[in-house]
Amino acid sequence: MDCNGYRQENHDQNLFPKPKVLVLEPPPVFIYHEDKLSQKFHFLKAWDSPLPLDQFLTTHAHSVQAILSHGSCPVTTNTIRLLPSLGLIVTTSAGLDQIDLQECRRRGVSVAYAGSLFSADVADIAVGLLIDALRKISAGNRYVTQGLWANNGDFSLGSKLGGRKVGIVGLGSIGLEVGKRLEPFGCNILYCSRNKKSSVSYPYYSNVCELAANCEVLIICCELNDQTRHVINKEVLLALGKKGLIINVGRGAIIDEQEMVRCLMQGEIAGAGLDVFENEPHVPSELISLDNVVLSPHRAVHTEETLMALVDLVIGNLEAFFSNKPLLSPVLLDE
Amino acid sequence: MGVSNTDSDKTQEEEQQDLPKVVLFRPPPAFSLIGEESFASNKFQFLKTYDSQLPLDQYLPTHSHSIKAILSSAGAPVNADILQLLPEVGLVVTTSAGLNHVDIPECRRRGIKIANAGHVYSDDVADLAVGLLIDVLRKVSASDRYVRQGLWADKGNYPHGSKLGGKRTGIVGLGNIGYEVAKRLEAFGCAVSYNSRKKKPYVSYPFYHNVCELAANCDALIICCGLSDETRHMINKPVLSALGKEGFIVNIGRGDIIDEKEMVSCLMRGEIAGAGLDVFENEPNVRKEFFAMDNVVLSPHRAVFTPESLKDLSQLVVGNLEAFLSNKPLLSEYVDNK
Repeated sequence: MDCNGYRQENHDQNLFPKPKVLVLEPPPVFIYHEDKLSQKFHFLKAWDSPLPLDQFLTTHAHSVQAILSHGSCPVTTNTIRLLPSLGLIVTTSAGLDQIDLQECRRRGVSVAYAGSLFSADVADIAVGLLIDALRKISAGNRYVTQGLWANNGDFSLGSKLGGRKVGIVGLGSIGLEVGKRLEPFGCNILYCSRNKKSSVSYPYYSNVCELAANCEVLIICCELNDQTRHVINKEVLLALGKKGLIINVGRGAIIDEQEMVRCLMQGEIAGAGLDVFENEPHVPSELISLDNVVLSPHRAVHTEETLMALVDLVIGNLEAFFSNKPLLSPVLLDE
Repeated sequence: MGVSNTDSDKTQEEEQQDLPKVVLFRPPPAFSLIGEESFASNKFQFLKTYDSQLPLDQYLPTHSHSIKAILSSAGAPVNADILQLLPEVGLVVTTSAGLNHVDIPECRRRGIKIANAGHVYSDDVADLAVGLLIDVLRKVSASDRYVRQGLWADKGNYPHGSKLGGKRTGIVGLGNIGYEVAKRLEAFGCAVSYNSRKKKPYVSYPFYHNVCELAANCDALIICCGLSDETRHMINKPVLSALGKEGFIVNIGRGDIIDEKEMVSCLMRGEIAGAGLDVFENEPNVRKEFFAMDNVVLSPHRAVFTPESLKDLSQLVVGNLEAFLSNKPLLSEYVDNK
């Protein structure tokens, strides 16, 4: 850019300054694509400041209208109250439990989130973990690279996926994508959810224990809340049974992890594929020792393509807000 | 004086001896994997040449009058020399879907029918192909390794994978297995195109006349075809270059379809992005260069082996043999595609 161009842009900046957006802690979109985001917005970086948050907010962010947040970054009542001009919280997560939605409702603060942007990626990994656990892909890979195929002969058999009864726990956006993918494999899909879904023909179970008793695979796709915390407990795991597999792409705390570890060690269930854990990034050492589990290190965003789409969604939501247009992915706050 | 031997006085063993024989030159993998009992029948008896020390040209003539069929598996070729010794054989049944170990023209010349494993394995093979593709794109095995090594806690997030949806997948060989793979990939939002010996009239996927052109127009190649003179080393340097630096390859066909040495070079130089392989040129000796590659998933040729499919196979084999021996149509007769 030549000097004239630079001066012009600087001049424009003073006439049309970039909107200010507060960031409490940087989400992945920010870490990877700050430059793209910073072309359109001026970010106030609370985490970068030596000041405690309250002081930072009152000193530097008093007039701020928008917050950019992420899944494990709480936006508390207190924070919202210190920002009298706040009109929008954009979170890069699909989950909302980290935001005080009641306060947002009270104050008329809009919230935009990731919607179903991640659902396909999460469904893909759920199916990938299932095929891996059932057909022993990672374990087979280990067998080969340890030189055992050449020395010890054939690796053990996996099990057929077709015809298997698969129970989806939580038939929201992710659960539906999982069901859709498993159908051409010849799986029989069952589910349990808060409410029966009239638009699907899969058999419905009103409680997860009954679902577990009637299937050979459980895939956890629901969100974590007070009702779902440790809903996969000893009773459910025993109902699933010795040939059962459990796949978790929801949240670690939906499963009583200690109990699941015990069941795996004692052969009360046949195996597991886990993308989430109760205390990430800590994974129980017993799981590390097992050949019949597949372990995946939970990322906030799974793929490059989705990360790029997320950046565009964040920019789109912020631009919409600042030009008084409808948000691209609003959360419906009215009860 | 002894009692005369009428049919009703025959011992069970003698009755067994009278049954038509099915000869085997080596035990099929399924015998040890699910047990020989699954293949038993009261309509025929197995004759195992591998139980004898005699060479075939001495052993077979003694029994050839009662050998009506051959149960074949890869590693024990059925060729003109063998067939010469078995003039009464009217059927070759294989435990594999592939037939490259059977001299098909020679069988045709002698009026010998052929039955293979049909579609018994297709679902399982297709499932593994998709599993391997998800694994290489989303780094499932690699990140499992990362967690087991304690690196998630130490070093933080494992690198992102690549999204399945929107990927252009190229099926090489749209037979039954290729078709099952395509059906599954569509549910993930992948675009499917293919190369096959002939365009398939009832299929709407885009067809490419040659595999190089297919490779140039897709993000992942899935090798689903059989091994033949035409397909040996079909996936060579030009094809791999056409596939490109961001391209992936999955092979559930036969190792020899890919020029393996060239593939290793391409992987080492980053000229393709990764591979998921169930088959290799020299099983079970997998090239050591693969072991260190984080972007390669190695499977010890297991695609067909689930207990459920092997059970289905045993029923198919017995069914074919029994049908043949009672002059009924075969269950999975192999017919040449003209």
